[in-house]
Amino acid sequence: MAFDPEQLRAEFPILNTRLGGKALHYLDNAASAQIPVAVIDAVMRHETAARANVSRGVHSLAERATEAYEAARSIIARYLNAALPDEVVFTGGTTGAINLVAQGSASQLKPGDEIVISELEHHSNIVPWHMLRERIGVALRALPVTDEGRVDLAALDRTVTKRTRMIALAHVSNVTGAVLDVAPVVAAARASGAQVLLDGAQAVPHGPVDVRALGVDFYAFSGHKMFAPNGIGVLWGKREALARLAPAFGGGGMIREVALDQISYADPPRRFEAGTPPIAQAVGLGEAARWVAALEREAVAAHELRLTGRMLDGLADIRGVRVVGPQGLQARRGVVSFTLDGVHPHDLCQFVDDRFAVALRGGHHCAQPLMRRFGLAGTSRASLAPYNTDADVDALLQGVAEARRVLV
Amino acid sequence: MSDELYQQAIVELARAAHGAGRLDNAKRRATVDNPLCGDRVTVEIILANDHVVNLRHTVKGCLLCKAAASILGLRAPGADSDALHANAAAVDAVLAGKPLPRNTWAEIASFQPVAQHKSRFDCVRLPFQAVRDALKE
Repeated sequence: MAFDPEQLRAEFPILNTRLGGKALHYLDNAASAQIPVAVIDAVMRHETAARANVSRGVHSLAERATEAYEAARSIIARYLNAALPDEVVFTGGTTGAINLVAQGSASQLKPGDEIVISELEHHSNIVPWHMLRERIGVALRALPVTDEGRVDLAALDRTVTKRTRMIALAHVSNVTGAVLDVAPVVAAARASGAQVLLDGAQAVPHGPVDVRALGVDFYAFSGHKMFAPNGIGVLWGKREALARLAPAFGGGGMIREVALDQISYADPPRRFEAGTPPIAQAVGLGEAARWVAALEREAVAAHELRLTGRMLDGLADIRGVRVVGPQGLQARRGVVSFTLDGVHPHDLCQFVDDRFAVALRGGHHCAQPLMRRFGLAGTSRASLAPYNTDADVDALLQGVAEARRVLV
Repeated sequence: MSDELYQQAIVELARAAHGAGRLDNAKRRATVDNPLCGDRVTVEIILANDHVVNLRHTVKGCLLCKAAASILGLRAPGADSDALHANAAAVDAVLAGKPLPRNTWAEIASFQPVAQHKSRFDCVRLPFQAVRDALKE
C-alpha cells in the first residue's frame, strides 16, 4: 500500500487540534515530535498493568516491569543494529548521553588532549566538552562550517591530530538539516587513535540507524524527537568503549558491591543507570522505535524530501527570505532554517502561530557558534515529520508572506 | 491574537524607532540581555535636576522590544525619575492583565494583548529594565 500521510495523521490525536478555529500545522518536529496512539497506549498499558520498580524485585509486577524495560533495550539495540542489547544505555536524553561520555572519559584525559567538534553543534555537544576543558585543560577544536551549512570535512586533516581523543559531531544538523558524511570522520579518527561520538538526535526520527556500518564508537539520541515520551534517551556505545567509561552518576542499581571503605561498579549498561530509571518512558521509546521501523522508509523519505523541496522553492519566492543551510535536497533532512529581512524570528514565529496556526521555532536553536558563523542572532526553523502534508507547508509559506506584508 | 499583538500602533512605534541611537556624553547607561533569545538593549540617559534631558537606546531585539524602546524615546524626555519608575511599573501591570494605571503613558496600553503571551513579557520589559538599571547608576 502506498504511503499516505493523511492515514498516518489519524494516529496522532493532537494533530486534530484547532487553534483559534484554524487547523494546527505542526512544523516544530526537530524540537519535539508528536506521539502516535500506539506509543500512548504502550505507556498506558505499562502503567496500568506492569508499574513497579525494575531489577531485584521478585513480585510479579516487578518481573513484568523489568521484562518490559529490558525488552525496550532490545528493541533499541535492533533499531541501531547494535551487537548487543547491553550496548544500549538509557539516559534522560541526548544531553544526558553526551555528558555521560564526557564525564566518564575525564579520568582518561590529560591537559593538552584535544576534543574535535564543529561550528554547527547543538550546545549539548559543546558545553559538556567545554566543562572538560575547564576541569582538565583539554583543548576544544572546531571544524568550520561551509556557506551551505555543512561541516567542512576538508578541514579534517588540519583539525584532527595525534592529540585528538574524541571527535563529536552531529549526524544531522538541528539548524541546517545537513547530513554529515560520517565515513571520512571515522577514517580520520582511526588514523589518529581518536573515538567518534555522533549526536543522532535529528537522525534517528527518520528511521533505523546502523551504528556498526557507521563505524562510530558512541551514538546519542533523544526519545521525544522520535515520537516517544519526554525524559528518555539513549547512549549506544561499543561494548569496549562503554567498558572504558567511568560512571558519571552514583546510586542504586549501578554497583557490584558497596562497603564503607570500597566500591565496585556493575558492568555496562547498568553502570550508567544509577537510581530508578525512566521505565515507562523506556517502554514508550521501544514502542516508538518499533512504530518508526514499521513505516515504509523509502516512501516516507521521498515524501519528506518532496515537502522539503516545496518549502525551499516557496521560501525562495518570498522576497527577503534567506535559507540558512543547503539550498538543494542532497544529503539533507527536512529541517529548514531561514531569516526574513527586517523581521525578528520570534515575531515571525508568533505571527504565523497566531494567524495561521503554524508551529515553528525561532531563536538560536542552542547553536550560538553557528549563528555567529552566519552573523545572525537567530533564525526561524520549520522541521518535518512523516505526518506533515502539503497543507502544512503551504500554510507556512502563506504565513511568511503575510508576515512580510504586515511586519516589514 | 496576532491581529491584536501586532496591531498597527505597535508596528508603527517599532518602525518609528523614537530615540534610537547613542548618547556618548550620557552619565547614566545600562545594558540588559535576555539570555533566552539573545536580545540586548542599551539605554543611555542624560538627567538634569532629576528630569530626563535626553534618552537614547540601541536595541537588538524583536518588534515588541523595539516598540517598548520607542515609547521611551518618545515619552521619557522631560519626565522625572519617579515618572520613569511609574511607567516601568505600568508595563508590569499591563502585562499582568491589569488596566493601564492613571497618569502613565497611553502608548503602554498597546501591549495589553501581550498579557496572553507570557513568553514575550521580557521582550517588552527589557528596555524598561534598562532604564531602571540606568537610574541606579
